[in-house]
Amino acid sequence: MKFPTRPVSLGLLVLAFSALVFSRAQAGGGHYYPPVVDPVVKEECGSCHLAFPAAMLPAASWKRMMGELENHFGDNAAVDPALARKITAYLVANAGDAAGQRYSAKLLRGVDAASAPQRITALPQWVREHRKVPDWEWRHKDVRSKANCTACHADAELGYYED
Amino acid sequence: MSASGYVQHYSAKVSDIYFIRPIKMFKSRFKFAQTKVAVGALLLLSCLPFAATAASLEAQLSQYAATAKAANPGFAGFSAARGEALHTRNFASGKPDTPACTSCHGKDPRSAGQTLTGKRIEAVALSVSPSRYADPAKVEKWFKRNCNEVIGRECTAQEKGDWLTFVGSR
Ligand code: HEC
Ligand code: HEC
Ligand code: HEC
Repeated sequence: MKFPTRPVSLGLLVLAFSALVFSRAQAGGGHYYPPVVDPVVKEECGSCHLAFPAAMLPAASWKRMMGELENHFGDNAAVDPALARKITAYLVANAGDAAGQRYSAKLLRGVDAASAPQRITALPQWVREHRKVPDWEWRHKDVRSKANCTACHADAELGYYED
Repeated sequence: MSASGYVQHYSAKVSDIYFIRPIKMFKSRFKFAQTKVAVGALLLLSCLPFAATAASLEAQLSQYAATAKAANPGFAGFSAARGEALHTRNFASGKPDTPACTSCHGKDPRSAGQTLTGKRIEAVALSVSPSRYADPAKVEKWFKRNCNEVIGRECTAQEKGDWLTFVGSR
């Protein structure tokens, strides 16, 4: 009798929050890429950079990347095999070309999934969306890397990439 | 008044958090008492990681000490000063864009750092980030990655112990 109110109100909070996210997602349309929610993936793939949304790359890309983690863009991002399997399963299930994905169509337009591209920032549609960003902005000390999405997209952690 | 209003109000009063007069409350102000139970539980829970950290940091240090002694019979304990020197030293043997631990963690261990891709790193000083160093596997994983990145080789047990002693003392 003492504790139920906490789980119930927590549940309500979660419901209210997801309703909010959902309605914003619909309004946002092509700007929304569901953020990584799995805590393990967030920890292992989100400590050096933003945990990039799985929907931004096709499944083949994630499979290849997860097989080459010792040499990950010059870094060693290796994790133990059991963990790697878990992370791969999550990324593949939520990949841009996975069944039921609605949001990623735009970024993956014109991409041959079989070529397993490794950089989101090299996808043709990504390059097109960013063609107006001037050179000095990329080199700004608060940006430094194209992969630093949050420097320009303040709500990237929440999945929004509109400005 | 909102639920968070209750929490704020009650967490200010220590006597309430420790359930000193709960019985009457349960009857007359049922809701308030429930909030207090929740607040109490939360407080208790938030103490746990700290206890776990202190214990596992201690355990990890003694393990590093054993290894350091095996490698060097003259080993006479870890030193925060040596740890600080390691933290700030510029190495030429690792990756050129990350010559020192400070490249990402910053000079002051009590301040947050940042990776090259702009991801915030919580402060490494134990006093600022008490939940750190609770997971030996995590500590080992990052020593391995970061020492290779900065120095171009893995750190020795002595270096790891010195560095942990340094951040543990800040
Ligand atoms: C040890 C640090 C580290 C970890 C851990 C890490 N990465 Fe990376 N990642 C990097 C670096 C460095 C880059 C290159 C960034 C740049 O170009 O500035 C990168 C780039 C990427 C890119 C390409 C970004 C672009 O330019 O489009 C993707 C995708 C990526 N990582 C996914 C992952 C995934 C998935 C994981 C988890 C399995 C992971 N990363 C874990 C360091 C890391
Ligand atoms: C230097 C700043 C900067 C960085 C860094 C940056 N972006 Fe952008 N991004 C922009 C600008 C400016 C636009 C164009 C906004 C517009 O047209 O509304 C844009 C547009 C986008 C869009 C299209 C949004 C829409 O309107 O449909 C996506 C998706 C996107 N960025 C994703 C990313 C991702 C993912 C990263 C990191 C891998 C990233 N961006 C890094 C500045 C940046
Ligand atoms: C390229 C950036 C970078 C450099 C350089 C770097 N670190 Fe780190 N370090 C990180 C990141 C990212 C994490 C994981 C994020 C976190 O724990 O908040 C981390 C975590 C750690 C941890 C684990 C902390 C914990 O909570 O368990 C230790 C230990 C550590 N670093 C030691 C060092 C030492 C020693 C050096 C210098 C030899 C160093 N680091 C240099 C980026 C870096």
